[in-house]
Amino acid sequence: MNREPSSRSMRLLVPLIVGLVFLGFWELLVRASDIPPFVLPAPSVIAESLAQNFGSLMTSLWATLRVTLAAFLLAVVGGIGLAILFSQNRLLETALFPYAVALQVTPVVAIAPLIIIWVGYDRVEIAVLILAWIVAFFPILSNTTLGLRSADHNLRDLFRLYGASRWQVLSELQLPSALPYILAGMKISGGLALIGAVVAEFVAGSGAATGLAWRIVEAGNRLDIPRMFAALFLLSTLGICIFFALTLLEQRLLRNWHESAIRREI
Amino acid sequence: MTGTPPLIELAGIGKTYGSGTVALGGVDASVREGGFVSLVGPSGCGKSTLLRIVAGLIAPDRGQISWPASGTRPSDIGFVFQDATLMPWARVAENVYLPLKLKGIPKDEAMPRVRDALARVGLADFASAFPRELSGGMKMRVSIARALVTEPPVLLMDEPFAALDEFTREKLDDDLVDLWTSQKFTTIFVTHSIYESIYLSERVLVMGARPGRILADIAIEAPYPRGRAFRESTPYVETCARVSAALREGVSR
Repeated sequence: MNREPSSRSMRLLVPLIVGLVFLGFWELLVRASDIPPFVLPAPSVIAESLAQNFGSLMTSLWATLRVTLAAFLLAVVGGIGLAILFSQNRLLETALFPYAVALQVTPVVAIAPLIIIWVGYDRVEIAVLILAWIVAFFPILSNTTLGLRSADHNLRDLFRLYGASRWQVLSELQLPSALPYILAGMKISGGLALIGAVVAEFVAGSGAATGLAWRIVEAGNRLDIPRMFAALFLLSTLGICIFFALTLLEQRLLRNWHESAIRREI
Repeated sequence: MTGTPPLIELAGIGKTYGSGTVALGGVDASVREGGFVSLVGPSGCGKSTLLRIVAGLIAPDRGQISWPASGTRPSDIGFVFQDATLMPWARVAENVYLPLKLKGIPKDEAMPRVRDALARVGLADFASAFPRELSGGMKMRVSIARALVTEPPVLLMDEPFAALDEFTREKLDDDLVDLWTSQKFTTIFVTHSIYESIYLSERVLVMGARPGRILADIAIEAPYPRGRAFRESTPYVETCARVSAALREGVSR
């Protein structure tokens, strides 16, 4: 009677089957209608291209992954750190928060050329890192700021009643209360760090960047569409892996107490 | 009550909130050491505000609060809120340990006291449970254990059992009286239940709203433990009628 995909294997199996059916249909369509590979390559051709260019694509994947992870970690540290400073000093928050928003709402594509010129084409990886960081930073800052403020007011009173220090209020009350918010921010940021890295690589352009995004531009210029798809496939896979890793982390950390992670027994 | 000075003395306590609402308009009251006093009144009569002033969480605009018996406000005051107000991420024992932790008492030293406090509220077997695994009544017991773990001379309770069902509430009322008779902490108990206030306390202060003030100070003479027989006795019923008359008078005035 249970029509919802409740069990773990079902939740993996169902999307997998949908994906396989989709790929099969795609393969059939391309073969039956003789669509040329430079318009839409069949999945088998993409797989072949992936195998052929495996070495160079993996090098690029590693380059993109490295920048994404570094940007993400810096965003986590910077975002949480600044949010803690804001929570300790309202004046600082009032003074700086609008600028954090300004940085966030200015499209990263528009800032990219400037950053790349400042950092220099010889150190383009650092420029890409900065750009990915700018994009990934804000969700963690704003979520942590909100989370630190959302601590239960009665618990705050209780801490005051027992003469807790600022540090105790922060470490024993505010940070644990903020954890679900921080993790939600991290989930958004993980994806954004990858998007930031890709956009920055696009803007950095020829020769300088070595990541997957540049492989896509390069393959496009050469009309090597199967390789373009292969790089795209790797990018999506990377994004999905980041998302799942962060979801897993969230489940692990919240499963005992937060509503979002508690499995209901109905 | 003559001879020994009261523990808590309130003189002309007034509080007006920023919005212009007069929460308290001059409250005079005193509570003897080891006493059990209930504040009963309709919502908005300032009973919670008064309790927070006693706790030192908010300062009154007018009037004075003094502690004649001890000289100063005790450094340990137990406080129980309407919600259990537990930290959902921490196990029951960690929640009860909190007041001691904030005072810098190391865990291994504090744990016997935590276990003892949990045993006193009947939750010895639930030390490692998470709050979400407990029923509403059990959560409230954890909250009481946390308030009592420091063995405070004063316990302040702000409508602690209001959200519980009648059966659980009566059980907790009895357990609270047991704890109070064995430990003799001074208790101020805020409630909007007339029955509960009379059943529990030695004195009921009836409060009225706009502005918050004390309408009547009614002593409940019945000995402890009171039990079911008291709930059905004539003095109980008569006192209920007196308190409710005082409340009605406050509304019509």
